[in-house]
Amino acid sequence: MALLDIRALSVDLPAPGGAIHALRRVDLTVTRGTIHGLIGESGCGKTMTAMALLGLLPRGADIGAERFLFDGMALRDVASSLRGRRIALISQDPAAALNPVLTIRRQIDDVLRAHHDLPRVARDARAVELLAATGLPDPARVLRSYPHQLSGGMQQRVVIAQALATGADLLIADEPTTALDVTIGAQVLALLRRLVQERGLTILMITHDMDVVAEVCDSATVLYAGTSVEDGPMSEVLTRPRHPYTRALLAALPDAGPPGTRLAAIEGRIPPPFEAIAGCAFAPRCAAAQAECRLRPPPERQDGQHRWTCLVERGTDDQAAA
Amino acid sequence: MGLGRYIFRRFILSAFVVVGVTFLVFVAAQVVPSDPAALYAGPRPSAEQIEKARAELHLEASLPERFIRFGKAMATGDFGVSYKSRRLISQDLAAFLPATLELAAFSTFLALLIGIPAGAFAAARRGGWLDRMGGLASIAAVAMPAFFLAMLLQFVFAKWLGVLPLSGRMSREIAISAPLAPVTGFALIDALLSRRFDAFGDALAHLILPALTLAAYPAGIAMRLTRSAMIEILERRHILAARALGLSGRRILFGHALPNAVGPALTVLGLSFAFALTGAVLVEIIFAWPGLGRYVSEAILSKDFPVIAAATLVVTLCYVAMNLVLDLAQALIDPRVTLK
Repeated sequence: MALLDIRALSVDLPAPGGAIHALRRVDLTVTRGTIHGLIGESGCGKTMTAMALLGLLPRGADIGAERFLFDGMALRDVASSLRGRRIALISQDPAAALNPVLTIRRQIDDVLRAHHDLPRVARDARAVELLAATGLPDPARVLRSYPHQLSGGMQQRVVIAQALATGADLLIADEPTTALDVTIGAQVLALLRRLVQERGLTILMITHDMDVVAEVCDSATVLYAGTSVEDGPMSEVLTRPRHPYTRALLAALPDAGPPGTRLAAIEGRIPPPFEAIAGCAFAPRCAAAQAECRLRPPPERQDGQHRWTCLVERGTDDQAAA
Repeated sequence: MGLGRYIFRRFILSAFVVVGVTFLVFVAAQVVPSDPAALYAGPRPSAEQIEKARAELHLEASLPERFIRFGKAMATGDFGVSYKSRRLISQDLAAFLPATLELAAFSTFLALLIGIPAGAFAAARRGGWLDRMGGLASIAAVAMPAFFLAMLLQFVFAKWLGVLPLSGRMSREIAISAPLAPVTGFALIDALLSRRFDAFGDALAHLILPALTLAAYPAGIAMRLTRSAMIEILERRHILAARALGLSGRRILFGHALPNAVGPALTVLGLSFAFALTGAVLVEIIFAWPGLGRYVSEAILSKDFPVIAAATLVVTLCYVAMNLVLDLAQALIDPRVTLK
C-alpha cells in the first residue's frame, strides 16, 4: 500500500469575491521508502499541497477529495494530529526557518520534547546523535550556537535534524536546496538520499528544479495550475515526457538546446487561481491544443506506471529530451 | 562585537548622560531667577546674613569653578544641606528614595507581568473577542488619569471589598510595635532578610494598589507594543516551521514567538520606569506613600535648589542604571543585539 494515496484533491480558499482555487485536482501517490518529486512553477500549488498534508491550511479552506489517505488514514481528519508525529516539514530557506533568538539546542530539544517522553540527558544525547547523522562536524558546538553563527549548509542540516527529531516517517522537503550553493545543495541531496536508505524514510520533494529531480527522485508528479498533469517513475517523466507542459518545461531548461540558440520560453501565463477551468488548464498555452481541449477535462492516459492527462494521443517520441 | 565590549560601550555612553545631566542641573540653577543666598539665610535676612550665606555657598567664585565644585560634591554623594530644613540631603534621600524605588520597580514589574502576556494572547487571538477586550482595556489603562484610577482602586479594594489597605507603607501595628530593621530600606527585602513574613505580607499588601495605579499606563503600552510585534513575528517562517514540526500552540507562542517580541517591550520598560519614578509624586500623595515624590514636590515649591538638584541626579542615575540592565537583558535574550 502506498504511504500517500491522494486522488482528485482540491483546495478552495475563501476570498472576497469568490473562492481561490489553490488546488484544482491533484493526484499523488507516494510509495514508502522513496523520494517523490513534486514539480512545478511557483504558484502551481506545490506548497499548498504540503500545507494540506500537514493540516496547516488557512482557516476556512475547503478541502475536497475522492481519496486523501496517509497510511490508510483519512488525512482530512487526522492531519493535525499526525503533524510532527508521522509527517514533518523540512522548511525551505533554513535561515528563515530557524528562530534567530534561540540556540540550536533549544530548537531541537523542543521538537524532541513535543514528541518523545525522554529525560533531559537522553534528549541531549539524541540531539547530538541527530546532528551527527546529518553530517555536521562537532555537534556539541553546533548545539550551543545561534542560527546566525552557522553557514547556510549547516542551517539546512539543522533543519533536517529537527525533522528527524520528530520521528516522522514522511518528510516533506520544501525546496531544500534553493537557498544553497550548488555544491552544498548537492551534499544536502546526497544526505537526504542516504537518510531514506538508512532510516526507511519517505520524502516528498517539492521543487521547481529539474536537476534536483534528476539527482535524487525515484518518481515525480508534475503540477500545473493546481492540477497534476503527469506522474511516473523519474526516468520516464524526465526522458519520455508525455504531457505537453512537461515537454515545454524540459525544453525551457538552459541546457536543453544546442549552444547559441535562444532559450525556449513557454508563451502565455498561468491561468489566474480564481478562474474556473472547464477543460485542460494548459490548453491556452499548448501548441498541440485542439478546440475540444478547452471544453472538457482531458482523459487520463497510462503507459505502465506512467500516467498523464491529455486529450491528444501521441507516441513516445524523444523530441523534447533531444 | 562581543558581549563584553557591548556592555563597556553602553557603560561609557551612560557616563556621558550622567555628566550631561549634572551640567544641565547646574545651568538650570543659574538661570532660575532667585537668590540662593537669600533663601539659605532664612526668613527676612539682614544684609550681613545674606553676605555670610553667599560666602558659605561659594557664590562669589567663577562659574567654571563653581561647576567643578558642584560636580565633585555630587560625585562624592555630598549633596549639601537643604536651604529650608538645614538637614543633610543625603540622609533625607536615604530615607525617602528606597520607598520610591520599591514602588517604581514593583509597578514596572507588574506592568511587564500584565502587559507582555496580554499582548501575546491578543496577538494569538487576533480579531477575536479576547483581542478586542484587550484593546479596550489597554486604551482605558493608558487614558485613565492616575488620580482617578487610584481612587477607583481604593474604593473597590480597600473600601468595598476591604481586602487591601487604603494607604501607607506599613500597618501601624508593625511599624510601631515591631518595626523592621532598615537594612536596605526596601520593605520587602528587609522583611525577607529578617524572616518577618508577617511584615512581608503587610508591605506587599500596601504596595499593590499604588503599584497597580502606576503600572496601568506602561502595562497598556507594553501590551500594544507586544501585540503588534507578535503579530508580525507570528507570520514569520520559523513559526510556520515550528508548527509543521508539531510543536504545541502555547509552546510556539511563549517559547518561540515571544522571545522575538520582547525587544520593543523591554525598551518601553526603561521609559515606564522613568515614568514611574516621576509619576510617583501624585500617586505617593494619594496613597500617603513616604517616598521621594512628596519630598521633591515640597522642595520645588520652596525653590530648595540643592534638594531638587540632588533628587534630579539620583533619579537620573536610577534611570541610567535601569537602562543598562535592560540593554544587558536584551543582549542576553537576542544574541544578535550585540552585533548591531
